[in-house]
Amino acid sequence: MHVTKEEERILNGEFGQGTQKALELLVAIGDAYDAEKMIPISRAHAASSGQEGDLYFVELLANGGAICKVPTSTNPVYDIHYFENLFEVPKGEAEVARRVMEAYRRVGAILSWSCIPYMAENIPLFGETVAFSESSATPYVNSVIGARTNREAAQSALAAGIIGKTPEYGLHIKENRKGTCLVKVEASLKDEFDYTLLGYAVGKRLGYGIPVLDGISKRPNTEELINFCAMSNTSGAISMFYMPGFSVEAATIEEAFQGDVPEEKITVTNRELKRAYEELQTTSGRIDFVMLGCPHYTLKQLEQVAELLKGKKIHKDVAFWVCTSATTKLLAKRNGYVDVIEKAGGHVAVDTCIDEPCWIAYKDGVGMTDSPKCAYYRRFKDVIVSRLGDCTEAAIKGKWG
Amino acid sequence: MKDLEIALKCHKIIGGYGEGEALVSHEPICFYLTDPKTGTVREKSHELIGKSLANKVLVFPSGKASSVVQIDGLFKLAQHSVAPKAMIVKDVETVLVVSAFIVKVPLVDKLEKDPFEIIQTGDFIKVNAEKGLVKITKR
Repeated sequence: MHVTKEEERILNGEFGQGTQKALELLVAIGDAYDAEKMIPISRAHAASSGQEGDLYFVELLANGGAICKVPTSTNPVYDIHYFENLFEVPKGEAEVARRVMEAYRRVGAILSWSCIPYMAENIPLFGETVAFSESSATPYVNSVIGARTNREAAQSALAAGIIGKTPEYGLHIKENRKGTCLVKVEASLKDEFDYTLLGYAVGKRLGYGIPVLDGISKRPNTEELINFCAMSNTSGAISMFYMPGFSVEAATIEEAFQGDVPEEKITVTNRELKRAYEELQTTSGRIDFVMLGCPHYTLKQLEQVAELLKGKKIHKDVAFWVCTSATTKLLAKRNGYVDVIEKAGGHVAVDTCIDEPCWIAYKDGVGMTDSPKCAYYRRFKDVIVSRLGDCTEAAIKGKWG
Repeated sequence: MKDLEIALKCHKIIGGYGEGEALVSHEPICFYLTDPKTGTVREKSHELIGKSLANKVLVFPSGKASSVVQIDGLFKLAQHSVAPKAMIVKDVETVLVVSAFIVKVPLVDKLEKDPFEIIQTGDFIKVNAEKGLVKITKR
């Protein structure tokens, strides 16, 4: 890979060890992909987490004096003080989270602690070159917004934010943004959860590649697109997709395939969605908790929860959590949704995510969620996945099925 | 008689040297879905379930799952000294490069021959990423 004079000086450590390590990582990635050079980026999103692998790298950069050169937002971790009176979080785990958050502050990141920063705190524009990690963020930014990012890790995105550059490879090159698989959607998509199932089914079936979805008749809404992004990039590694007519980069199927013939064709019907749903029904009966907000709930989704819980009481043996960003909670509070949820016995947690170690209190519990991603990482004994309405109903009754 | 050693050129992604017994997975690997203390795969319905990645030369098509957990998964294996000694991958992706960079495990791709045809679980493999060379002793 071609390295400029300035980059060479960074690699020699002239600007400190933090930027040196950051660029070393970017060069290794560039080498892996045979990139020719580095290109400037205008923003980044680091999928930070309260976990040790993340801590190691961000502290390495922070201790080496690195500072973000372009706006770089952060993913959920968790604030130990919030949970203090609610349940026990092991001290060691909490210390990791505290240090992670502190290190991101030191490198000058935007402390959004949100997994959907493209909704409020760090929004790319069409055509921008960026480095966005996080399951839903990568495909959303590429496909819905039409900015360009590779499927970054937290560390490569942070390194890119520090240097203000990324190697030129993958989805930064137009030819690589060509559709690979034509997905005929014959399933009826009624709500957000159907898009969750569609994403789950497509990701699992394809593994990776750029699906071009044909046959969607109604314009998907924001939440439906977020769910499709999050799930197809969890059950598979889908960094980009097209929905010609609704996604910005290609108006037609032909354009999405850049004039080529699709390498592969698949059809997704109601049967595939039903099968995906059945796969997620691991158990039934008494539940210990409901966990919503993976990815972080939007204001609209918090409104839906409030409507479902209005005047109701959550069962005394069920803990009810909704995760969202601090920005969204502020508005939800203003609009009265948080009050309704809390009155019913639920919590609206900010800055955190269902996949953080802070939930260890529920590790032997049976939970329910509307996100297969929550069930996938097996942090809990068992997690049932179903529609939001089913989750709130089960929370009130104390059991499912 | 000395076992026959096959030498194949490869492309270095993360440098270094590692050797050990081959463990071949035809399915993508998520390091987070392994036991961090033993390296044993515990992902339901994975072909390697119950097998340990510890000190093996891992041959696999690609990584998978959320970037957040993938790197932490490999980092925890390395902390407990049960990470693979080297990795031979078919489809490289950024998350995997970062994971290997952070734990300093040699990572190579683009073998001269299809690794899934030439390497079987149990073969002895030497990965010299610096020199871009993989040596295979069939067992």
